[in-house]
Amino acid sequence: MLTAVATRVGRRTLALIQEMGRMMLFLIGTFAWMARPPFRFMQVLKQIHFIGVKSLFVIVLTGSFTGMVLGLQGYYSLRKFGAEGLLGSAVALSLIRELGPVLSALMVTGRAGSAITAEIGIMRITEQIDALQTMAVSPMQYLIAPKLLASILIMPLLASIFDVIGIYGGHLVGVELLGVSSGSYTGSMESSVEWKDVYGGMLKSLSFGLIMAWICTYKGYHTTMSAEGLGQATTDAVVLSSVLVLIWDYFLTSVLL
Amino acid sequence: MGGGASNPVIRLVGVEKALGGQPVLNGINLEIARGKLTTVIGRSGGGKSVLLKHMIRLLKPDRGQVLVDGVDITRLGPRELNEVRKKFAMLFQGAALFDSLTVFENVAFPLREKTKLKEAEIEGKVLEMLDQVGLTGMGHKFPAELSGGMRKRAGLARALVMGPEIILFDEPTTGLDPLLARTIHDLIVETQRKFGFTAVMVSHEIPEVFGISDYVAMLLDGVIVEMAPPDEFQRTRHPAVREFINVGPRSEAAASGVGKEAQ
Repeated sequence: MLTAVATRVGRRTLALIQEMGRMMLFLIGTFAWMARPPFRFMQVLKQIHFIGVKSLFVIVLTGSFTGMVLGLQGYYSLRKFGAEGLLGSAVALSLIRELGPVLSALMVTGRAGSAITAEIGIMRITEQIDALQTMAVSPMQYLIAPKLLASILIMPLLASIFDVIGIYGGHLVGVELLGVSSGSYTGSMESSVEWKDVYGGMLKSLSFGLIMAWICTYKGYHTTMSAEGLGQATTDAVVLSSVLVLIWDYFLTSVLL
Repeated sequence: MGGGASNPVIRLVGVEKALGGQPVLNGINLEIARGKLTTVIGRSGGGKSVLLKHMIRLLKPDRGQVLVDGVDITRLGPRELNEVRKKFAMLFQGAALFDSLTVFENVAFPLREKTKLKEAEIEGKVLEMLDQVGLTGMGHKFPAELSGGMRKRAGLARALVMGPEIILFDEPTTGLDPLLARTIHDLIVETQRKFGFTAVMVSHEIPEVFGISDYVAMLLDGVIVEMAPPDEFQRTRHPAVREFINVGPRSEAAASGVGKEAQ
């Protein structure tokens, strides 16, 4: 009885460690192929379009409402201390340091990450990945590396757009609707946001881009050969990327502070 | 199990493979003759495709060797493996066309990736190939807009375009009606005679394969139990092979018509 439990726990642990090792090798392999010619600029551009440009709408939408709700919540909290003048600072710092990178990463995972897993998974099931290999073209280089690179490049930009739109959203609610003076909104923002905050936010979203593309490509690449397997892979990819983004966010924040 | 090949292109020696804990190949010994069409027959799910995928190392054997022109490809690093793979082309069961590319781009893909030809030369070659397989004027379509048979033709064009030494056919006629299956078979034989490549096909289209193959091999329970030229093969004494190639008395009648089980 006790040995059975121990065996099961042991087997699970080994499987988990094995999977983590495979994922690490997958990432290292992708970077190795990325450094090797031919460099596929067109593929990277296509992916930047797919992951970045096509996510713009959802980023603008979520960014503006996040900024607006921050303006609203911030105003009522700060008013208790008579510190409404600091609203600009509160909104900008929460967005730049935390919410911009995290929420934009989660939105992009939901929109583009799931599509990446499904696309690669279908290519696996219909033997298109095997076909690439038989033509002596590395799927790592042709398929995976451009997605990873595009995601790392584009995620900080999306987070910046999220931040800017959010700050304007907060301005709209705080200044236009609730009557905070426009000067104190921007003034408090200018005096409190440092280069370190911006830099930290960029670093965060860069690493989130890596996590998202890594997990989503890996899960698609290792899809089992069925429609059910593909559905499972897509779900796993989105859940695991989102969870990892949040966990990694905590550790990165504790280091950056 | 020589099969009469004096200078085999591909040689499998004691190849064993288990998938998901189930043994699939149990010591395959097989030689593929240069410039000939060899067909491997066997039951559905019996490991024929697995066997074929070992020849180009889409799968790696648990034990045994796969020799291509004398080089054991199971031990090669990625760069050397890609060199060996340049001798090959493969036509997959579902044709495996890239669905984000048009038919033209699919056929042009290996040329663009692996040669330094100018765009005009590539266009010439691709259009010629599409003519060859009867897809004239279809270049602008996407794979999703094609019928199963047309997809197979496009896949064949993509396989042929680099002028490979060896082409692997993974059940090229599965899922097609008997007439279409026959035209695909004819196309394979025609192009094989014309270009002289070595062809390895896995199929269960009996008796059609006897009419087109130079050698026929039978895969049973993970080993090659019989390999011979078609007429000799049909006279085999191996009971399980006899049973497989004459499934009941009805097959006599069916064999005289065009129709044969189309899966």
